[in-house]
Amino acid sequence: MEKIPILKMGDFLLVTVQIDLYDRLALNLEADLVNMINKHQAKGVLIDISAVNIVDSFMGRILSNIAQMSKILDALTVVVGMQPAVAITLIELGLPMTGVRTALNVEKGMELLKRNRILDSEEEETTSTDEDDSAE
Amino acid sequence: MAAKITVYQALNKNAKKLHEDWLTQQMQDEGLREDLISNEELRLESEEFLKTFLAAIKDDLLEDSNSSNFDKLNEMLAGISINRARHGFSPRETGYYIFSLKQAIFKTLEKEITDLKKLYTEILRVNKLIDSLATVTFETFIRGREEVIIRQTNEISDISTPVIQVWDNILALPIIGTLDSSRTQVVMESLLMKIVETESTIAILDISGVPAVDSLVAQHLIKTVSATRLMGAECIISGIRPEIAQTIVHLGIDLSGINTKASLSHALRFAFQTLRLEVRKKTDKTAS
Repeated sequence: MEKIPILKMGDFLLVTVQIDLYDRLALNLEADLVNMINKHQAKGVLIDISAVNIVDSFMGRILSNIAQMSKILDALTVVVGMQPAVAITLIELGLPMTGVRTALNVEKGMELLKRNRILDSEEEETTSTDEDDSAE
Repeated sequence: MAAKITVYQALNKNAKKLHEDWLTQQMQDEGLREDLISNEELRLESEEFLKTFLAAIKDDLLEDSNSSNFDKLNEMLAGISINRARHGFSPRETGYYIFSLKQAIFKTLEKEITDLKKLYTEILRVNKLIDSLATVTFETFIRGREEVIIRQTNEISDISTPVIQVWDNILALPIIGTLDSSRTQVVMESLLMKIVETESTIAILDISGVPAVDSLVAQHLIKTVSATRLMGAECIISGIRPEIAQTIVHLGIDLSGINTKASLSHALRFAFQTLRLEVRKKTDKTAS
């Protein structure tokens, strides 16, 4: 049984989909990914679909589902490297995937995740200082 | 004896003369385009056609122009008229090619068939046949012209959607003319390909050249923007004219999720801000 590997890179998880996703595989990926986010307390998930040439509405839904699930688990999902044909297909299927962040390639996706992480930590700092202020 | 002569025999006997007559008829027409076809070419073409024509009416079955006898003739005629359509002949000129043959044939028949009643019926038959040939001519002529139009339409849609890289990571796409679904497809594809190629993060869609926006066009625009987003790039729509803004709001189209700017320069400025770039006037050090 084929399996899509999920790699851990610091705070982030990296998923590279190298084959066309069929339904079973996509469902397994969804379950595995959610478990991994929980296990490693990941803050970001990067899904590279540059090798995917065929999508259907199911796959589009799985991607949005993954994005929403990780959001609940406090991780940001970035889908990178979408082929133009795939993007057009998803739009024509009426799946604009509004909840999913996207980037052109892995490099830019990583940048986006890191920037988001820095913003997050800054916010945490300010809220903690605010609490300190109020404590004084 | 002379009264029993068939149309084929009459014409075949006078084939040379018929050819000459036909050519004279064609030359007489003031619309003859000597710049498009030389006399020599016309002579050869007519001779060839006449030969095929005579072969087709050999069995004296003039009524049924759909019979297999006429296949070759129809094919040849189609070839001639498509060729003429492509070379820019007018319908009149192409039509006259076949109608002038009628005159030439009548002239020959008049001479060969002395019995008036027989002459009348034969002329009617030939007339009918040539009319059906003329129909074929016009049909194929128009088809030829339509092919030209389709080719030009494709060319226009290809050249009218240039994707320009205006800066590192910034693409501009001026859209000129009406956006229909086939054109949106071309626009979207070329934009997305260019995004991949140049690794751009911002695309500016300038619609100042779009004459009108209806709900369909707006839908196409939204699709393009969403597809760009899926690729991981941001899309800005610029050049929305006041009338178009009015229409969009009156139609109840929601563009709130899309970045819109008044002009291409504003969109570019916004893109610079997003990419944290700054354009400044060069300060002259010697002056201060």
